[in-house]
Amino acid sequence: MTEVRPLRQHLAPAALGWLRFLDLAGKIKGEHLIYIASIVGMIVLWHVVAKSFFKPQFFPGPLLVLATGEEMIASGELFEHIGISLQRILTGFLIGSAIAAPAGLIMGSVPVVRAIFDPYAQFFRFVPSLAWLTPVVLWFGIGEISKVLIIVYTTIFIVLINTMVGVAHIAPNKLRAAACLGATPFKSFLHVTLPATLPFILTGMRLAMGNSFATVVAAEMIAADSGLGYLIFNSRLWMATDKIFIGIVCLGALGLVTDRFFRYLVVRFAHQYGPIE
Amino acid sequence: MSAEFLVACDVGYQYPTRRGIQSLPVLSRLNLGLVEGEFFCLLGPSGCGKTTVLNLMAGFLQPTAGVLTLAGRPIERPGADRTVVFQGDDSLFTWLRTIDNVAFGLRMRGVPKHKRHAVAREYLHLVHLDGQESKYPGELSGGMKQRVQIARVLATDPKILLMDEPFGALDAQTRGRLQDELVEIWRKTGKTIVFITHDIAEAVLLADRVGVMTSGPGAQVGAIVPVDLPRPRRRGSPGFGEMWEHINTIIESEQADVS
Repeated sequence: MTEVRPLRQHLAPAALGWLRFLDLAGKIKGEHLIYIASIVGMIVLWHVVAKSFFKPQFFPGPLLVLATGEEMIASGELFEHIGISLQRILTGFLIGSAIAAPAGLIMGSVPVVRAIFDPYAQFFRFVPSLAWLTPVVLWFGIGEISKVLIIVYTTIFIVLINTMVGVAHIAPNKLRAAACLGATPFKSFLHVTLPATLPFILTGMRLAMGNSFATVVAAEMIAADSGLGYLIFNSRLWMATDKIFIGIVCLGALGLVTDRFFRYLVVRFAHQYGPIE
Repeated sequence: MSAEFLVACDVGYQYPTRRGIQSLPVLSRLNLGLVEGEFFCLLGPSGCGKTTVLNLMAGFLQPTAGVLTLAGRPIERPGADRTVVFQGDDSLFTWLRTIDNVAFGLRMRGVPKHKRHAVAREYLHLVHLDGQESKYPGELSGGMKQRVQIARVLATDPKILLMDEPFGALDAQTRGRLQDELVEIWRKTGKTIVFITHDIAEAVLLADRVGVMTSGPGAQVGAIVPVDLPRPRRRGSPGFGEMWEHINTIIESEQADVS
């Protein structure tokens, strides 16, 4: 009797078999092989679809994008855009986190402070940062300050809300234990509330990082003459779809790399505060 | 020393009125006097207010009537002279290594690191956790975590240990071992212990005196039964079964009164 297996189960071992053949050093593990197979498969699919059905101006294939990318690297244009976007993201993200984490800790711990500021936090977190773009440019000009402020704004609410949730999640017995071991309210805040909330703060920062990438593009589209958002939006004028794709690929790759780096730092230096996935 | 040490005098506790609905008192006219150095078990059915009594002794809650005193001074807030071993393991500081959990109270007092670590190691030795000092609580078994809690409260050298069903969540074997070790620790350190349990056998095994709580609302400490069995005690020791029966009869008669 022949066994009937779904197509997927036939294809996956075949693909893995080929990759194992290519992986002569044997350093790549099963899960990694699937990652690589998936990525390679998607690029091949992209190439086939682009070549077969579309004009390059409408939907550029991977080879064209790669060639354009090389040109832009050679001229130094690409790294300029990447550099300035990354600088805006990191500056805004760090300033925003530095404001929101302590604010969230205090709002989570002190009911009076929470009562004063919570209405604003709950109201403004529904107002996207881009809604502020015109007033911000009006008030602060079209320089770096405006773009960084927009990212600070985006970061603040995500980190703030996550931090407050973290404070609310502390087991009451931890605070009681600290109190009966002689901790004053301030020491309890420093030695229990802060470390117990750290995983939530870090998770909030990670989410905020993702949003900062989305925000920088939008901000640069409307009010900038550099950065990946500008590259994407400006290329529209010349129907340079290949350049737009370069921008898209760079954003995805940068986001992925910074997120991995952030995770690495957390695992390396803050693992005891609780796992973060 | 026979002078009464921790005293509860006509203590009542009632949760605050919410939305105009007045809740029934958890405790009312509760009287209790503990002797310094004794092992006292507070026994009662779940939900009768045992933990509320402990929270009042710890200073986490304030009585709504009456007064609690420790060595003549009213208990107004939590303090390192009355440390608590909690029921579950969620009171451990998961981001600190075992040794720093145990040294936490000393750190709060500003004891320098090498000194507080030396003390913490002593107490880790007392609870048989040698070699575990650099593990995090998440890496320890349930029994080990409760040992860390015991070492952590002892390290602050409290006058009184308040233990809220500390072995309730452990398997029978581990619980048995920890009960024996706790008696040993109590003999070595001479601390006063208030131990909450709903298990009659556990109370008979551990206590000098057992306070049987009546069921709430308005719970009190009803009968106080001295357990004068010689130590070390075993569940099969002569007199153990009779003592168990005696306390069980008291509980049943109290429950009969209620219904």
